[in-house]
Amino acid sequence: MDQLLSVGVDGVIYSAWLFTAALGLTLIYGVMKIVNVTHGSFYALGAYAAASLTGAWLARGYPPMLSYLVLLAAALLVSVVVAPLIERAILRYMYAKDEVVILLITYALFLVLEDVIKLVWGVNPYYIAQPYALLGSFTVGGLAHPTYNLILVVLALVSGLGLAWMLNRTRVGKLLLAVIHDPEVSRAMGINVNRYYLVTFTFGSMLAALAGAFTAPTVSVVPGLGVEIIVLSFAVVVIGGLGSLPGAALGAVIVGMVRSLSVHYMPQVELFVIYFVMAMVLAFRPRGLFSLAEPRKI
Amino acid sequence: MTPDRTPLLIGSVAIVLLIGGLWLPQWAMFIVTIAFGNGLVALGLMLLLRAGLVSFGQALYYCLGAYAAGGIGRFFGISDIFLQMLAGALTAGFFALLLGFLLARYRGIFFGLLSLALSMILYGLLVKNQALGSTDGFNILPSTLFGIRPGPEWVRYAVLASAAVIAFVLALIVHRYLRTPLGRLAPAIKDNEIRVEYMGASARRAVHVKYVIAAVLAGVGGALAATTVGHIDPQMAFWTTSGEFIFITILAGTGNVLAPFAGALIYGIIHTTAYDLSPNTWQMSLGLALLVIIVFLPEGLWSLFRRRAWR
Repeated sequence: MDQLLSVGVDGVIYSAWLFTAALGLTLIYGVMKIVNVTHGSFYALGAYAAASLTGAWLARGYPPMLSYLVLLAAALLVSVVVAPLIERAILRYMYAKDEVVILLITYALFLVLEDVIKLVWGVNPYYIAQPYALLGSFTVGGLAHPTYNLILVVLALVSGLGLAWMLNRTRVGKLLLAVIHDPEVSRAMGINVNRYYLVTFTFGSMLAALAGAFTAPTVSVVPGLGVEIIVLSFAVVVIGGLGSLPGAALGAVIVGMVRSLSVHYMPQVELFVIYFVMAMVLAFRPRGLFSLAEPRKI
Repeated sequence: MTPDRTPLLIGSVAIVLLIGGLWLPQWAMFIVTIAFGNGLVALGLMLLLRAGLVSFGQALYYCLGAYAAGGIGRFFGISDIFLQMLAGALTAGFFALLLGFLLARYRGIFFGLLSLALSMILYGLLVKNQALGSTDGFNILPSTLFGIRPGPEWVRYAVLASAAVIAFVLALIVHRYLRTPLGRLAPAIKDNEIRVEYMGASARRAVHVKYVIAAVLAGVGGALAATTVGHIDPQMAFWTTSGEFIFITILAGTGNVLAPFAGALIYGIIHTTAYDLSPNTWQMSLGLALLVIIVFLPEGLWSLFRRRAWR
């Protein structure tokens, strides 16, 4: 019983983390139909920005309790600078191309950004354990869990519900839904579709950076951070259905729980099960669990 | 119609390499041999790319081929280089035949994502498999050739020569295949699949066949890389490995069966020199090169060589 409880807690935390990491990917695909490999780069950028900014904050002796806000600020800052740059300078000229070609272009950009990160931050690892250690831990079922992990859950809830609220309850969100539904008619109706693409790309990348920034205190920030997260978020997003918000949540919960179960009971299949679930979903419902029927196009 | 000069070209390149290879320094032999391995994988990807399919998981078959080659050495003590390549080809081909029934229905990003998932499954399995050395992988027996173990100064050349022979034979076969009706179907599938079906051809079967051929080529390439490097590990199935193969394929273009080998050699040279000159920016140069090629030279580098026929 105790172990099941731990499985649950671990699963929830891991799901929350995955959801935050994958949310931006599904948003960008949903609006722009781009499978965005640079998502991993923004995750890494967020982690690095958070590491250096928080490091500087703590070194100056500013109150450590506010370092969480610094993590947030770092993610916002880095994505607001880099994402529009990429969208305006390169991606906007590519929208007419095939989905697979855009995927390759974002892969090329990912390679470039990997090295930009190395040039800016070097190759040595960064550690900022303080925000992580500061909150202590809580005990569930005889196992101690770091309290910091609850922040990840809150972050996931806030970003997920916030995005859902924005999409369904605000004017901007409704216009965005129109753009998703039919960019051409939206343009004809006077919506500035290109601006929505810019905003979506920036916002989606910001979510990735946010996930990276809040993961930074729990890991050592090293080159190659973004490589792992890309396939993992692909798995999450594909399971739920590319471009679907509830789908991403479902995908995150499935992957999170499956991983948590395997870590506790069969650690040797940990990675295997995640991609096995992804392949199974693709095999039986290629458009994901939350997909609608689509007319075949000639 | 111009006469088909490609077989002649393939033959002459092979002969030049077989003779010229004798004078190559050891490190250059290594680069060329690895380029053959990568070129074979890229040749398979080229077949798929001609039909408009991009596999983000070709590392699956590359890695399977490598582990098959290593496996027959580890468990049966077989180290003959041709048997290794045969084992790689058969293993990869067998799995591709099975998985092809599933994958042949997929197009576009779904094809890419499903192949990605499959290669990550293999990665996940290998990483945790103690018998196969988990993340460290294992070493491969030194290669032999028809039961003869070449002396240390001849091993590299023996591997290079076998690689060249196999690669050019396979390239020739693929070149012939591209001129069969089934081979010529690829651009049609890319352009308009439904018309292909209306004309009575099965796009699904054509894609399945291409998928198996591509896997066999990748299996041989993996076996070749395994025996050249002398070591294999699960990283060979990771998605970044697939990314490298895609890079080579896009760089080379789909114009000719020799293009992937040229692309692989260029990639090998960029990789070695750029990595030496500036280890922190070589990926950036790869990324920028990929961007430039996609935007300005969508037919790849090979299209530069082709004479423009304006008539």
